[in-house]
Amino acid sequence: MSEGEVFGFLGPNGAGKTTTVRMLCCLIAKTSGEARIGGYDVGNEADSLKIRQMIGLVPDNVGLYEVLSAYKNLDIYGRLYGCSEAQRKEGIQHFLTMLGLWEKKDVPAGTFSKGMKQKLAIARALIHDPKVLFMDEPTANLDPESSKTVRDFILELKKEKRTIFLNTHNLDEAQRICGRIAILNTGLMATGTPEELESLVGRRKAVVELEQTSDRVVSSLAKQFPESNVAVDGSKLTIDMAEADRWIPDIVDTVVRAGGRVHSAGVVGSTLEDTYLKLVRREK
Amino acid sequence: MRLSQSWIVASKDFATFLKKRNIISTIFVIPLLVSFLLPGVIWYVLHQSQGGVSPSELVVLMPAFTFFYLILAGLIPTTIASYSIVGEKVEKSLEPLLATPTTDAEILFGKGLAAFVLPVASILCGAALFMGLTDAFTRDSLGYYFFPNWNAAIVLFLMVPLANIISVEWNILVSSRVSDVRIAAQIGSLLLIPYGGVYVAGELDVIPLGDTNTLLMIAGVIALIGLLLLFVVRATFRREEILTKWK
Repeated sequence: MSEGEVFGFLGPNGAGKTTTVRMLCCLIAKTSGEARIGGYDVGNEADSLKIRQMIGLVPDNVGLYEVLSAYKNLDIYGRLYGCSEAQRKEGIQHFLTMLGLWEKKDVPAGTFSKGMKQKLAIARALIHDPKVLFMDEPTANLDPESSKTVRDFILELKKEKRTIFLNTHNLDEAQRICGRIAILNTGLMATGTPEELESLVGRRKAVVELEQTSDRVVSSLAKQFPESNVAVDGSKLTIDMAEADRWIPDIVDTVVRAGGRVHSAGVVGSTLEDTYLKLVRREK
Repeated sequence: MRLSQSWIVASKDFATFLKKRNIISTIFVIPLLVSFLLPGVIWYVLHQSQGGVSPSELVVLMPAFTFFYLILAGLIPTTIASYSIVGEKVEKSLEPLLATPTTDAEILFGKGLAAFVLPVASILCGAALFMGLTDAFTRDSLGYYFFPNWNAAIVLFLMVPLANIISVEWNILVSSRVSDVRIAAQIGSLLLIPYGGVYVAGELDVIPLGDTNTLLMIAGVIALIGLLLLFVVRATFRREEILTKWK
């Protein structure tokens, strides 16, 4: 992972996502392999405290102190991370305000809704201004509105160039937030940008809906894109070609020049979900 | 080990305890009740219609009553230590705590400190009340103030802290195996059986609880058990163990 990247870790339940995060956070020992965070070795006992100082963790269970207030929850963690009183005051006010919880700062965390608890857990993980943030299923079990709030907040953090390791099995969330994604199913199945992963299963095809197809349009497309394969289905043309997304404007231009009237144009084909399901099922 | 980190963990536990009514009542009400009840028993036996107990019987009864505070030292941390560990397990708050730059030993010491300070302080305050009331009731019969004395000092300043430590250690071990605060407290209170046995033996004059050497010997046994338990607790309270094997 590079600095400032949001990296998604996708996988079904039991794939090892939480275990991986726990290993990277120096909570449990690694069995093999190597990992370094901020120049420190994961698995080296001497480095583990330094790693834990520079990371923040939002675990899958929020684990708040339910009888204590939101402010007190954050204050305790600020102290554990060695923040001064002034830093804690400033940080707590900043994050609680940012997440819309400042008015509830003196309310016991146990009375919060799931979404509010999740936001508080994120604030807790950020209280010491960590360089790297690990988030384990941060939107799991949240209603759509709370999920959106949390997702928007992650996007805000992305703008701040924080390095984020996001565990999720929400494909849409991964696609929207992450720069790169790894698909895990006890072993690492694939890594890449969402687009790269989508293209793993099969290339995407351009689809152009016309008022009426004609031989002239089809032959023009075949001439303009000799590597492509054009299929006609009523008024719809499906063009199978490499990097179909990139060529849509040229395809539309060719069709119009050949006298066709375009109703719509777009791409269809494999999605991240197709890739994910294919890789995960292949493993089974 | 950084004591400041342990103190933060302990102060978090103090803040939590003070919000729990059952814990407050265990820490403060039970020692207070015992400290009024025991002098009350002494007052009663002194004022029985047949002339009451003799001074020689009194000096056997009062050390045995002092020993009662040892039982309290085994009992009170049971609730606190159980809540401190099992409560965190139930709230799933151990993982974020373990993810902070705090060592296992610092967390363990902090939790031990939280379960030690308040009970011991409460027991010592209760014992001071017990001794004051008892002295007031027995001064005329004995012709002198029975408390304070060296044996009471051994019980209160040596045995009570040691018993408290053992109770904390034992309850941490129990808490690692159960996920219900009440069950943890119930299993944890099994530790009271040997103390109860010694108390009854003292009442029956089988073990002379008024004898300094006997008290020191019991303190030695408690210290030895505490030391052995410490090694087991250290092996149990490891972050990997907590996250992967604790129920």
